[in-house]
Amino acid sequence: MNFTYIILIPLIPLVSFLLLGIFNKKIKPGISGYIGVAGLSTSAALSFYTAYTYFFTIGKVDGVYQTFVEKITWMNFTDTLAIDMGILIDPISVMMLVVVSTISLMVHIYSRGYMKGDDGYTRFFAFLGLFSFSMFGLVLATNLFQIYIFWELVGVSSFLLIGYYYTKSSAVAAAKKAFIVTRFADLGFLIGILIIGYYTGTYDFETLNNPEGSTILNWASSSFMGLSIITWALILIFMGGAGKSAMFPLHIWLPDAMEGPTPVSALIHAATMVVAGVYLVARLFPMYYFVEDGFALNIVAYVGAFSSLFAAIIAITQTDIKRVLAFSTMSQLGYMMLALGVSGYDGHEGVGYMASMFHLFTHAMFKALLFLGAGSVIHAVHSNYLKDMGSLRKYMPITNITFLVAALAISGVFPLSGFWSKDEILVAAFEHNKLIYFVGIFVAGLTAFYMFRLYFGIFWGKNTTYKHTPHESPISMTFPLMILAFISIFSGFIPFSELITPDKAGFEAHLNIPLAIVATIIGLIGIGLAYIFYKKENDLADRFSNAFGIFYKWTFNKFYFDEIYLFVTKKIIFNRIAGPIARFDKKVVDGTMEGIGNKTVVISKKIKGIQSGKVQDYALSFIAGAVVLALVFIYLWTN
Amino acid sequence: MIAGISIYEILTVTSILFFIGVYGFITRKNLISILMSIELILNASVINFVVINKYLYPDLLQGVFFSIFIIAVAAAETALAVAIIINLYRQIASVEVKDTETMKY
Repeated sequence: MNFTYIILIPLIPLVSFLLLGIFNKKIKPGISGYIGVAGLSTSAALSFYTAYTYFFTIGKVDGVYQTFVEKITWMNFTDTLAIDMGILIDPISVMMLVVVSTISLMVHIYSRGYMKGDDGYTRFFAFLGLFSFSMFGLVLATNLFQIYIFWELVGVSSFLLIGYYYTKSSAVAAAKKAFIVTRFADLGFLIGILIIGYYTGTYDFETLNNPEGSTILNWASSSFMGLSIITWALILIFMGGAGKSAMFPLHIWLPDAMEGPTPVSALIHAATMVVAGVYLVARLFPMYYFVEDGFALNIVAYVGAFSSLFAAIIAITQTDIKRVLAFSTMSQLGYMMLALGVSGYDGHEGVGYMASMFHLFTHAMFKALLFLGAGSVIHAVHSNYLKDMGSLRKYMPITNITFLVAALAISGVFPLSGFWSKDEILVAAFEHNKLIYFVGIFVAGLTAFYMFRLYFGIFWGKNTTYKHTPHESPISMTFPLMILAFISIFSGFIPFSELITPDKAGFEAHLNIPLAIVATIIGLIGIGLAYIFYKKENDLADRFSNAFGIFYKWTFNKFYFDEIYLFVTKKIIFNRIAGPIARFDKKVVDGTMEGIGNKTVVISKKIKGIQSGKVQDYALSFIAGAVVLALVFIYLWTN
Repeated sequence: MIAGISIYEILTVTSILFFIGVYGFITRKNLISILMSIELILNASVINFVVINKYLYPDLLQGVFFSIFIIAVAAAETALAVAIIINLYRQIASVEVKDTETMKY
């Protein structure tokens, strides 16, 4: 089967980016929107076609899904170690193609309405094109280095889009923060890649991930500080993934990234780029699972579980609706990570992996829907804060319904998509690690609670009087909402366990009825509590927050993590370490070199008088020299 | 052999002559005087050539010929130098060494 045409999927957005970027001001805003949408529609159509061909036309050969690789050698380092560029087609990359192209297309359509009249309209679509290109490239990468290149490209597009309103200083700061934090994490990723390249001699996913391959069989051959060196590499690679996926403690950039336009938050910081970390771990899953009996994978599980809990707690207290969604994203990403962490490899053991990818898919849909819905609300109210909203259901019926669908989906209410994926995650956690299971189930309750706090706060609650009566958004914005709502309702019925498993063979999934009932009850309790607190305007919530006092304040300030980081970087690293080093560099290193230069200048100024140009002076020194030499020779000869 | 005069006496005279020339070359401020000092240095060496030739190889004349070459070259040199000095005088109305310093730049 020839999959070469897949190269078009990333290339079309790239062309759109170049076109819009180069002819920025020459293209009328309306047309640039159409160019972006047309490009992405083509990519999306190709992605759907690919998915259909891959899963249903070709299907399983000998009971497993095949992996197709098309690549060219890009750079040769040694005889064996080379960087390839190419495309890798396997179940998760095909699924990611579908996710990225669907969300990206929806966001493109939505942005035509949301960004209307904005000065940088064309620039916005150009950056969206760049991002789509990079994300497709990341998804299709055949080796670690290629994924790293596109990894940085999505990072830079994220930077550009967060800083889209570059006249706003907070947006600029947020963009810088996102870039620096993820870059810091990517340092670990890069070191991990280099270690892998050095010790295994290959970057290729297929070779690395082969359970009978030398990397996985020989992981114990080298060790460092009590762990296999490959485990270290995997931990470092996970550090990169954790940075991109906003895992604790590298999460601080994600809430600030909400300074970007809302469609960007939906596309990059909810649905696609932030799941790159999850995708990376899933991509290297056999390595994580087999090397050192899954030591690195356990780290993934615990980091994921902790981040998930941590973010869910913070989300309850935030008042900026986009920030609530940002923390919710972080929490759900933690969910995916923990699902990967508790997964096995063969057959039904691989339920965690399957559940993680399943949740990635459903979460991308309903979280993008939530963000786009929030964008629609912000578009109508011109504020991000809950206190400026209330009773919007009367003005915005479509947004209301679609937001409700997404909130129900993320809360795991039967039979929406979130219910199925979350249930699989909880099943995996239950079978593998009870502690993580309880964290997961608690987070599920918290998720339902904060999500409905948001929903009731926006669409019900107090009767706010608005300066301008809010109105429903234009069809270009509500259309994507409806599509995504449709997907959020029905995507739970996609038989993921048949399609995406670690061993690519698929298994028969059964709904674990007791666990599902427990999860649903917990979710409903969360919704119920939110209903009591926020459905009608009352002071219950305030009373509770006062009762929790200091804890509430801590949570509201995100446990002061930003402040801690600022303290560590500014007070300790900048003042104590970087400052002295800079001074040493300036004073000693530069000082030495500049001193030599200055002294040369001074000395030459002093001695330049010798070269007066007067022949008589020269003659005098010449004769004096001759006399001295004569005396020396006479002295030598006479002795 | 020059009767009655030893080579040391002649060499003493030429040395004195030479150092008078050197002293003059270094201390004089006037270009003409410097030129004259150079002549003294040259003449001292010319006499040395003749005398040493006479004492070492009395039947050969290379030293004498060489002194004639030197005199001829010195004459040409002096003509050239005087021409330069005259031109300089036309330009700056002076033959003092200190006034010629502007030529450095």
